[in-house]
Amino acid sequence: MQFFEQLTQYLLSGLSTGAIYALIGFGFAIIYNTTGIINFAQGEFVMLGGMTTVYLISSLKIPLALAVLMAIPLVTVCGAIFERLAIRPLRKPSPLNLVIITIGGSILIRGLVMLFWGKDTHSMPSFSGSEPLNLAGATILPQHIWIFAVTLLIIIGNKIFFSCSITGKAMRACACNRTAASLVGIDVRRMVLLSFVISSAMGSMAGIIIAPLTMTSYDVGIMLGLKGFCAAIIGGMSSGIGTVFGGLLLGILESLGAGLISSGYKDAIAFIILLLILFIRPQGLFRKAETERV
Amino acid sequence: MLKISGITRKFGGLTALDDVSLMFGRDDITGVIGPNGAGKTTLFNIVTGIYTPTAGSVHLEEKDITGIPPERLAKLGMVRTFQNIELFGRMTVLENVMVGLHTQSRSGLLACAFKSPGHLREERAVRERAMQWLDFVGIAELSGVTAANLSFGKGRLLEIARAMALEPRIILMDEPAAGLNSRETAELALLIRKVRESGITVALVEHDMELVMDVCDYILVLNLGRKLAEGTPREIQENPAVIEAYLGEG
Amino acid sequence: MKKEVIKFLIFALLLLVFPFFAKGGYLLNVLVFVGIHTILAIGLNLLLGFAGQISLGQAAFFGLGAYLSGILTGTYAVNPWLALIAAALIVGIIAFVIGFPILKLKGHYLAMATLGMGIIAYIVFNEAVDLTGGPSGLSGIPNLSLGAITFDSDLKNYFLIWTFTLATMLVSLNIGNSRIGRALRAIHDSEVAARVMGVNARLLKVQIFSLSALLSAVAGSLYAHTMTFISPASFGFNFSIELLTMVVIGGLGSIYGSFLGAALLTVLPELLRAFQDYDIIIYGLLLILMTMFMPGGLVCGLPAVCGALFPKRKERGKGSA
Repeated sequence: MQFFEQLTQYLLSGLSTGAIYALIGFGFAIIYNTTGIINFAQGEFVMLGGMTTVYLISSLKIPLALAVLMAIPLVTVCGAIFERLAIRPLRKPSPLNLVIITIGGSILIRGLVMLFWGKDTHSMPSFSGSEPLNLAGATILPQHIWIFAVTLLIIIGNKIFFSCSITGKAMRACACNRTAASLVGIDVRRMVLLSFVISSAMGSMAGIIIAPLTMTSYDVGIMLGLKGFCAAIIGGMSSGIGTVFGGLLLGILESLGAGLISSGYKDAIAFIILLLILFIRPQGLFRKAETERV
Repeated sequence: MLKISGITRKFGGLTALDDVSLMFGRDDITGVIGPNGAGKTTLFNIVTGIYTPTAGSVHLEEKDITGIPPERLAKLGMVRTFQNIELFGRMTVLENVMVGLHTQSRSGLLACAFKSPGHLREERAVRERAMQWLDFVGIAELSGVTAANLSFGKGRLLEIARAMALEPRIILMDEPAAGLNSRETAELALLIRKVRESGITVALVEHDMELVMDVCDYILVLNLGRKLAEGTPREIQENPAVIEAYLGEG
Repeated sequence: MKKEVIKFLIFALLLLVFPFFAKGGYLLNVLVFVGIHTILAIGLNLLLGFAGQISLGQAAFFGLGAYLSGILTGTYAVNPWLALIAAALIVGIIAFVIGFPILKLKGHYLAMATLGMGIIAYIVFNEAVDLTGGPSGLSGIPNLSLGAITFDSDLKNYFLIWTFTLATMLVSLNIGNSRIGRALRAIHDSEVAARVMGVNARLLKVQIFSLSALLSAVAGSLYAHTMTFISPASFGFNFSIELLTMVVIGGLGSIYGSFLGAALLTVLPELLRAFQDYDIIIYGLLLILMTMFMPGGLVCGLPAVCGALFPKRKERGKGSA
């Protein structure tokens, strides 16, 4: 019986981290689908979400709820600035240039945060207290429920936005064919900016809701970003169910691996999965392979 | 020389090619024409090993080459040029042709790393030969120019020089006249004949009817992935089905 | 060709003579690291600058070479030279094997895969405590020695490292100007056209990946024997980024550029010791600004800047007193 309870515990914590990975993965997918760019700096927006909130709470003494509500737009503005300064000026960027610039951007953001806010790890209070609840023998914290709720809202919001709104459809059009999209009157550059804005908003939310559980510091972005990317890859860069599945799968495998095999190698699990997927089925589990047109 | 039998290619629900067969005669200049979307470039991509066919086979001088990748086809003497010229933009014109001589040379990683005398000799020979091919197409004076800076017409010529350097038995040209003005096209026609005179079989995909009717010995007409007609230029020009496909009914 | 040979000989000569002008071991010590970093940067440059394949995991091969050498010589008392050769070969073979699946990927996916590979290696260095000593590192690695000479001082290490670095530069310059170098650059510019010309792109990419890993492993072994102590911290993602910055700054595709980039990024942190926390900001800025404004690197940028600042230099020289 005790093993079963442990298993449930692993599953639960795996699902919650998995939800976070899915949120981060959305950020990658949305930018990729609109621009064809993999934004290596995505993880830093996640980090900024948590760190900005902590800063607002501890240095400016702003209450938690307000701090959260202020942090999200602040990070979103950073995302917009990043797009304006680093991405827009490039005229015909090669994949290599894009990789280098987004990596440069990510380390710049990380460096600035380290400079202004130090290297310490910070904790953030949970949204509705830390009284654990009992669910099927496993302990679940209120924060976990927040994570599931927020993730669910965002998934639904995504679905509605991309399928039903004109702007959402316009963004999908850019992904398929930029030139055609601009020819039918879509302002491609604005769509690009919008994709960064949405992704950084989502990233920051992910960073905020996980920070009470895992603490935050200037360098949490790297790992979270990579794992979010892994989730997106498994899902085939979808801004919907695929990435959700990818995130949850990753979270559960990681959690089970850490619990049952070894916690030191926990992070390696995500990357081994990433490599396996990239080697065997780079289009993810949900898409058909593409043929290159010559 | 080159035989394609029953080539079919589907992309998901789309059938790009349906049971296409043709013989390309040795030393002939054979043209493949058809309206846009007929599947001409797809056919070339299959023959040159860039795609594999869903069904059917390709034989080069009796040898089955279906699905063999381009790098091996090069060793078997088959080369192609591209519709959107694929030059090595950051290398010079001469260096582009020198890459064409890759199969005519042998120095591997170690020989190059340690500058073996065999390698040095080979380099000199490759350089000389490359200049000869630039001369053949008429752009020898541009040898030091960076390829990306060439005009489109000269770029085409460079692609042909590069392909010739491979010393192929057959060269497939994908819309070589695309983007050329009429003077350049006339020069191209002369060059294509010159290529054939040096003993190389030529296959062309083309839209420019004047060029096709001028240089080709034999023509295959594709429409919507199927063979519409084949024959000599005169036969094709008089074929009512061909006329209809291109110009529409009456 | 002759010009190239003279250029290289002058460079080698300057390096040979330098220690006699350098006052004290500190500068020599910095140059030892410049040498090691140059080997690493050249390895990455062959892959990235020539063949156009992004790798963000070079630190993994560097670390593997270092740990293999360190463990073989430290724990198992193998002859250091044999260990160096063994480490290089083992890493080269590992890279060759994983090169096939990894190099099927392109662009971002390749970048992520190499990143993942690098991080897995880093985690293993940290976790396999019995072998590697874990986060506290591996100490007691012997110096290299040749006959009666033991390489244990800055001056001796300087000559040891730079012999290897110059050899690496020579080999890479040779490759760059050769049939293989052209084939690599062709793959970079248009892989499909290269294949049509008979270049076995798949195999060549893997070969160069393997060579690049081998060079990194050699650098790692040299690093281990020079420092006599290694720890995982030197072989993480940050260092892979540093290497990338070196290559980008110096100039992709230029071997001398790799030296410039390595020199700049090794010397800069020393000069900015007071501003230690600023270093990653500077790397970030450098990467962004160089890619935007000077994509050819310093090798292209510096002459261009000089040309702009001092136009028609020759005429001025003739006219003035």
